[in-house]
Amino acid sequence: MSSTDTPPPLYSAREPVFPRRVSGKFRTLKWWIMGVTLGIYYLTPWIRWDRGPNLPDQAVLVDLAGRRFFFFWIEIWPHEFYFIAGLLIMAGLGLFLFTSALGRVWCGYTCPQTVWTDLFILTERWIEGDRNARVRLWKARWDFRKWRLRITKWVIWLVIGLATGGAWVFYFTDAPQLARDLVTFSGHPIAYSTIAVLTITTVLFGGFAREQVCIYMCPWPRIQAAMMDEDTLTVAYRSWRGEPRGKHRKAEDAEKLGDCIDCMACVNVCPVGIDIREGQQLACITCGLCIDACDDVMERIGKPRGLIDYMALTDETAERAGSKPRPIWEHVLRPRTMLYTALWSLVGLGLVFALFIRPEIDLTVAPVRNPTFVTLSDGSIRNTYDVRLRNKNGEERPFHISLTSDTLLRIDLEGTDNLVTLVPADETLLQRVYVTAPAGSEAATADRTPFRLWVEDLEGNERAHNDTVFNGNAQ
Amino acid sequence: MAKQPNKQDPETTGHSWDGIEEFNNPLPRWWLWTFYATIFWGIIYTIAYPAWPLVNKATAGLLGYSTRAEVANDIQSFADANAEIEAKLAAADLTTVSDDPELQSYARNAGAAVFRTNCSQCHGSGAAGSKGYPNLLDDDWLWGGDIEAIAHTVRHGIRNETDEAHYSQMPAFGEILSDEEIAQAVAYVQKLSGQDADAALAAAGETVFLDNCAACHMEDGTGDRAQGAPNLTDAIWLYGGDEATLTETITNSRFGVMPAWGPRLSDAEVNAVAAYVHQLGGGE
Repeated sequence: MSSTDTPPPLYSAREPVFPRRVSGKFRTLKWWIMGVTLGIYYLTPWIRWDRGPNLPDQAVLVDLAGRRFFFFWIEIWPHEFYFIAGLLIMAGLGLFLFTSALGRVWCGYTCPQTVWTDLFILTERWIEGDRNARVRLWKARWDFRKWRLRITKWVIWLVIGLATGGAWVFYFTDAPQLARDLVTFSGHPIAYSTIAVLTITTVLFGGFAREQVCIYMCPWPRIQAAMMDEDTLTVAYRSWRGEPRGKHRKAEDAEKLGDCIDCMACVNVCPVGIDIREGQQLACITCGLCIDACDDVMERIGKPRGLIDYMALTDETAERAGSKPRPIWEHVLRPRTMLYTALWSLVGLGLVFALFIRPEIDLTVAPVRNPTFVTLSDGSIRNTYDVRLRNKNGEERPFHISLTSDTLLRIDLEGTDNLVTLVPADETLLQRVYVTAPAGSEAATADRTPFRLWVEDLEGNERAHNDTVFNGNAQ
Repeated sequence: MAKQPNKQDPETTGHSWDGIEEFNNPLPRWWLWTFYATIFWGIIYTIAYPAWPLVNKATAGLLGYSTRAEVANDIQSFADANAEIEAKLAAADLTTVSDDPELQSYARNAGAAVFRTNCSQCHGSGAAGSKGYPNLLDDDWLWGGDIEAIAHTVRHGIRNETDEAHYSQMPAFGEILSDEEIAQAVAYVQKLSGQDADAALAAAGETVFLDNCAACHMEDGTGDRAQGAPNLTDAIWLYGGDEATLTETITNSRFGVMPAWGPRLSDAEVNAVAAYVHQLGGGE
């Protein structure tokens, strides 16, 4: 192309998108997913789960102040953060799996941006009418009717945003109590500000930014493209069947032209405002609504469905060559997806295993290294250990501390004469432990002597141990 | 919207290098406005908050904010929150502090802070001391190791110019005894503490010891806390128990000092650091 004197604009205005209502199997699937995911999001904080008197009774609770995460019967402590890391790895691998098998299925069906945008478009359609009415209203002057419809819509959006931000804060503290505090204006300022920020972002992203979030803000589309290959199922237009496109006005047109009647149904229903007939493109979230729209038209003009369809790149090559495309399961079941599934399951099984072998009591031992040992007046050598005792039970428990060693070592606890210390419910207690080797004994004169510290829950009959070393004065 | 794009003729920026052209993918306009908004925000921010450097200071900002004032506020709010328990600790009977878990916990943590700030320079951050500076973790105390004795030592110090300081002074025996007598005394002290020593020298040293040393260190060498005279029979040496160090100690004497902390620390701080040192493992 030749250079022009006036450069093209470097910034462009958003072209408004008015998705038309559509029905079909993918739309139905999306309604179901929207219902289930929103249901989970809004209702989960209200599920109760009895854990006894000392622990909260909310089934899912992120207790940031107490540094605990409660999930039904599971309680995660900060030192068990590897569960979260494992879940994140599983989420990552799951995304790899689904993207390599089904393309941007996450974007099209389950991404919160997609789900909430769908909800906002639903509201918009309910207030302002379907596509044509909305286009007319957009072009209309700002008269009373336009103001009335716009304000009604915005108020409803605001209520949805408020409910969204409001549900979020319930995950972080006792939901019924917080709800009472919020409505009586006695909630914590952080709760209100969190709700305000989430309300604004929900309305902004779902109501106004919509596809701009997917195209310009979100990093996933870029990353996901790297995980797709020629067997990945994605939404595509069978151009070899549809082209040349045109209106079938006369009977002979149907013979000269392809199946695409250029009705623009696929473009009109698209929530990101693209034309799928241009081929795979960055903005496409593969929601499948154009498939529903096109299938509907094909049925009405008596052509087979699937002019726009989920298919893989290899199918296109095969179909153009005149052979049949491979069945979907052959695309999905391939070494790459099976490897992802295997890795995903491996991490999952590892986490489940770790969950079941988790002890209710636990200890970590930090030898005091400043100084490594102390010489006592009778010549014996004493080491000090900072022992953190964890009691994950819902009640206070007496912990008995002891040691096993090949040589003679004596154990004492700071602040108590017997070897028992009380650890409060669901807490960590720091207990200083002294270990002493008699003057001239093997451990006192050696460099390092390994031994094992034991902790036993005298009521729960559970015990745990930790290996550490005793430093003698040979250093 | 819904315009029919022309696949054959995509828009380019008009730039061409060796026949390679650049597609025009314009940024969204809201992005530009967001960029302007951040610039606007930046200007407002530098007006509202301290920002522009001047010769001696920076512009103060309309809101009058300063990080120093925030720190001072934080410190004050903690001081206010702790005022009650500070008063309780200052007036507490030290022997009963350990019966009150809250007070004990506060004293231990506050004492640790006081110790690290004021004591660790000599006694070490782990309180293990070093040559000439007593180890506070062991069970050997020159002036007493119960919590009140520790508090007294902290408050008044050792061999300083204040009236109530612990004070004792060992003579420099180099001017009193002959080198031979000193060698005999050294051997006897080594024998007292269970070390190998020349038997003949040690036997002769007993007389030297009883004549010159026993008044403070006691006849059996176990020392006297009232005078701050160290126990010579145990395994702990402030300066060292080998022959050379003992010879130097007896010849020249030692004169370790500790400042009086009473005038510098509050009563609560003295009590806190006493409670902290007492629970380090050697408290009596």
